[in-house]
Amino acid sequence: MRNQFQLLLGLFILFTLSPKFLNAQHSSKGMLSIAFNHYVDSLILNLDSTIYKNKFGQPFSISIFKYYIGNVHLKKSNGKEYVSSDYFLINEEEKNSKIIILKNIPQGEYTSVSFIIGVDSIHNCSGAQSGALDETNGMFWAWNSGYIFLKLEGKSSFSKSSGNNFEYHIGGFKFPENSIRTVSLKYEQPLLIENDKIALLNIKVNAAEILKNPTNIDFRILSTVTDNKNASIIADNYKDMFTIQK
Amino acid sequence: MKNRLNVFFLIFGCILLISFIQKLDDHKISKKNVELIIPKGFPKPNYDFTTNKLTPDGFVLGRKLFYDPILSKDSSISCQSCHQRVAAFAHIDHALSHGFDGKIGTRNVPALQNLIWKDAYMADGGVNNLEVQPINPITNPIEMNESLAHVISKLKQNKEYVILFKKAFKDNVVNSECLLKALAQFTGLMISANSRYDKYVAKKDTFSLQEINGLKLFRAKCEGCHKEPLFTDNSYRNNGLNPDSSLNDTGRGKITKTETDNYKFKVPSLRNIEVTFPYMHDGRYRKLKDVLIHYSTSLNHNSTADEEINKIGELSDKERKDIIAFLLTLTDKEFLNDRRFINPNKR
Ligand code: HEC
Ligand code: HEC
Repeated sequence: MRNQFQLLLGLFILFTLSPKFLNAQHSSKGMLSIAFNHYVDSLILNLDSTIYKNKFGQPFSISIFKYYIGNVHLKKSNGKEYVSSDYFLINEEEKNSKIIILKNIPQGEYTSVSFIIGVDSIHNCSGAQSGALDETNGMFWAWNSGYIFLKLEGKSSFSKSSGNNFEYHIGGFKFPENSIRTVSLKYEQPLLIENDKIALLNIKVNAAEILKNPTNIDFRILSTVTDNKNASIIADNYKDMFTIQK
Repeated sequence: MKNRLNVFFLIFGCILLISFIQKLDDHKISKKNVELIIPKGFPKPNYDFTTNKLTPDGFVLGRKLFYDPILSKDSSISCQSCHQRVAAFAHIDHALSHGFDGKIGTRNVPALQNLIWKDAYMADGGVNNLEVQPINPITNPIEMNESLAHVISKLKQNKEYVILFKKAFKDNVVNSECLLKALAQFTGLMISANSRYDKYVAKKDTFSLQEINGLKLFRAKCEGCHKEPLFTDNSYRNNGLNPDSSLNDTGRGKITKTETDNYKFKVPSLRNIEVTFPYMHDGRYRKLKDVLIHYSTSLNHNSTADEEINKIGELSDKERKDIIAFLLTLTDKEFLNDRRFINPNKR
């Protein structure tokens, strides 16, 4: 009896160690880790402590900076695409959130990456969700259902809101005030994805872009944006805040 | 003597025990109790439970949460504080809702019934899914203020809830998705389709002459918006109410930011209308009589009223009474007394 058991155990161990089984476990695909590195123009973003200046020379500090990334596509030169269905909430305050990992990517050379800033309309109407889209993350408007795509909050002595605060909560997925923006970035040198390896991609995120280009934001005039027309103006500003870092 | 007394106590104890067990049973939910049965003649629901499978454990958890003030900041208010079962889950005789810190809300509490047939929730349709609706009462109405997260942390510390969540959602821990889905299982099964009207339509009951006449008038004057069998066509309309300047509630316009939608409100169902007074989004009318006077007196109608409203025309005293007699046939005693919805914490 005992012998039989040992035999079975041995077979089992052999089986699990066999290359085929190992392969099934980690399918022969690669991973990509994308780091979102936050800046304000050339300065590294530091919450609360650092004073930056907008286009009008108005000083400000940042207390909250977070946003959703979704529908990540990686494209090969032959047009073949890898698509991730996950959403990621990138939050300056949480270090771990600033590095995302994409799994199960077929190996090969990829030439561009694209993603949306925000949450697509289906996920805005799908009811209760967990993970990045968990409604407890403070990125959901309850009275007019929908996710907040990006939050930038801080202080500027030029803001006329109470406590000199400014707050830009950008959202809206319905025509004509759709604030979902798509970002598409090309690699100068193709990104190589290899089996069982993790490739790395650094993306510079310039939060200063939220306040400029094409519309310069004056803290005296616009210190609060929450779910209204101004949201798409600001979304047009920040849609090019991402660049690939070498 | 002593023996007799013992026997007496024994019998008395047995009776107590049996009645206690029966009470417990009253709250028991079987698989059959959570079967979704689409009433005859009802359309396909908009919320269909495919991503939120109905189970007895899910329903029981949702019910416990609905009746538990743990969902409010200071543990003083539960869903039932505003949504009372005997009033088809509206708020008995309160024009505007009363909430946290005794603050008065800006809208009347509606009945909770046949929710899965709605395409949007609230008088302005701002909420697009039944599951996310409770975030509104739980948190600040204007913006999320993280208190949903606080509710979750309170529930995580509660041993009973940890067990109930595990039972209902298997490997999922206590999180907001499960909380909201459980509540949707409970409120989604609040289905009213057994009124005298329903039995009359199914030819299982008869109407008085007055009720028959009321139904005819209703179909001629009101059906354009309060469409059978749900008694709403889910559209947003301006039914001629003069805006209350102290509330300045622009209704649908606030959501779509379109001027032509200002002062439009979602057509409410009229089922159980007898018990859901006062009426309208701001609870301005206490009696059905007042509502009928509003509809039949064109002087009351504001200039932006829907054209269906002006078509109603003057209603005689008798016609108004007949319509009201018909509206009273929409009271669904089986729904109002459904034991599945009774507060499980009350013994
Ligand atoms: C302070 C009072 C109050 C509390 C507490 C409350 N509600 Fe409500 N509820 C309302 C009001 C008022 C409305 C209508 C709001 C509107 O139309 O803008 C409403 C609407 C609803 C609706 C939408 C009905 C429809 O037909 O559109 C649902 C569903 C609902 N409540 C469920 C709940 C649940 C579940 C809870 C507990 C988590 C709860 N409510 C707690 C006052 C309350
Ligand atoms: C143009 C569409 C329209 C027509 C026609 C119409 N109604 Fe309404 N009715 C509404 C709307 C919209 C509301 C909600 C208004 C609000 O909340 O401010 C409403 C509200 C009501 C209410 C109050 C419901 C509640 O729960 O507060 C009653 C009762 C009612 N209608 C009865 C009638 C009757 C009876 C008729 C026919 C004589 C009629 N309605 C015709 C659109 C209509």
